[in-house]
Amino acid sequence: MTDMAWKREEQAASELRQLYQRYGYTPYKMSQFEEYDLYVRNKDFLLSDQIITFSDGSGRLLALKPDVTLSIVKNAPEEPGVVRKVYYNENVYRDYREIHQTGLECVGDLGSYEIAEAVLLAVKSLKLLGGRCKLNLSHMGLIAAVLSACNFTPGEKKQAMDCLRQKNAHDLKRLCGDNGEAWNKLEALVNCGSSGQEALGRVQAVLTTPAEQQALAELGALWNILKDQENALRLDFSVGSDLGYYSGVVFRGYLEGIPESVLSGGQYDKLPRKMGRRSRAIGFAVYLDLLQQRQGDGDALDLDTVILHDGTVDTGVLTAAAENAAKTGSVLVCTSVPTDRRWKHLIRLGGGEATP
Amino acid sequence: MTDWINIALPKGRLGEKAYAMLKRSGYGCPSLESQSRKLIFENPDCGVRYFWVKPSDVAIYVERGAADVGIVGKDILLEYQPEVYELLDLGMGKCRMAVAGKKDFRDPVGQTLKVATKFPNITRNYYSGKCRDIDIIHLNGSIELAPILGLSHVIVDIVETGTTLRENDLQVYEEVVPISARLIANVASYTFREDAIRALRESLFRRVEENQ
Repeated sequence: MTDMAWKREEQAASELRQLYQRYGYTPYKMSQFEEYDLYVRNKDFLLSDQIITFSDGSGRLLALKPDVTLSIVKNAPEEPGVVRKVYYNENVYRDYREIHQTGLECVGDLGSYEIAEAVLLAVKSLKLLGGRCKLNLSHMGLIAAVLSACNFTPGEKKQAMDCLRQKNAHDLKRLCGDNGEAWNKLEALVNCGSSGQEALGRVQAVLTTPAEQQALAELGALWNILKDQENALRLDFSVGSDLGYYSGVVFRGYLEGIPESVLSGGQYDKLPRKMGRRSRAIGFAVYLDLLQQRQGDGDALDLDTVILHDGTVDTGVLTAAAENAAKTGSVLVCTSVPTDRRWKHLIRLGGGEATP
Repeated sequence: MTDWINIALPKGRLGEKAYAMLKRSGYGCPSLESQSRKLIFENPDCGVRYFWVKPSDVAIYVERGAADVGIVGKDILLEYQPEVYELLDLGMGKCRMAVAGKKDFRDPVGQTLKVATKFPNITRNYYSGKCRDIDIIHLNGSIELAPILGLSHVIVDIVETGTTLRENDLQVYEEVVPISARLIANVASYTFREDAIRALRESLFRRVEENQ
């Protein structure tokens, strides 16, 4: 990683931390290891099934944490009116890679305010990272209700879900066959466009069941609340996650210049329910290591000043020169020209004259 | 950030047919048609930039964002499952993924079926749906040789006309899935450049409708 990319990642983590603190989120620090059993029981929730495991002295199987959410939800509060808001900045381990991730989780007795706040914070997080950004918004409750109304077999439901994720209208049409009502609904989800009220209106026109209408109304209300952020929001029903966990709004965030989503999250009430808890939950993760993919880092300079000396210069003189340069930027003192760095100013001491 | 639409085309006949369709849709690129050894071809008038890549690499270029859109066979999408949007069935390059074997082949139901293929994931998914125990022999070419030499009982491969199979006393026993060329798009590119990519998709859609 270049110095510039590292600085950007650190700066982003710090700014995000301040943002989440301003909204009452407290830091959550988890241990590097967690009982392997927790991840096995909720394997479908994880983005990868490549979990690195270790045995401790007593033979217990532990996992190097592949995820933060499960540990937070495991201890979610269940008392009426109690909501726990936490943020984290952790390294997680998936597919034998260390991934720097920051994010937040809001668990407990959630209402519509907490849902809207989490989505708003997702938009604000993207904006903090700089450049053009978009948050693609969908609703798993709506997708589940539509698929349920289509009378698909479990296998067909999975195929339809895959087609929605891929914006694949042609295979959806084949799947629906003579089921015109199913095709009308699914086609609307694929082709409704991304522009808020217009897209919602188009979907509204083809929905028939109360469950579909209720989920769409929830999404419409959320869109209205967030309308000030409309320039960074898109409705997009290709954002879909596992039907077994996500229950409400789901979203993915993108930054221009990075070819994959840098933020991912949603409302996942079914996870605490699966763990036998009554809580509701919403959260998201920001994948800070992806920031280094942004174009432009390759053109950045690594150092402000390089002080090149020939070994004969008095150490006191070198120290004074380095201290002086460090007041205004980064400095490297060396005896040979560094071949792996780029710099703004080069100062030669001892063997030659100072070069700006 | 430029406004170019970067298009990855598969080298070969399919790519040439796909380019012809793109040209008829208003996305021509004269420099691409010249006999040049360049790797990237641009037409600033319609804001497109083309490059030829190995057919099996198109999805990688698009998934990783080096290309905004690409043309790729459904076989590649099924085999590698890239995270891309599959926006349109172009209705060209039609063929089928099929199980083929020697003319006197009888399924040895009491033993593991040996299957030679270039497409292990498609093969695994197909036979797991049938609960059939198989041994996949992953080959990179000349798949038809495998059953003839006794390396495998059957093959799973793309069949276009069936001529190669017939000339080698092989025949199709089951169709796995029909295949054709698809227009795919990078998810982030689509998110930021929805209008431009949708316009390209709609133009191609009209050509597909005309051809039907």
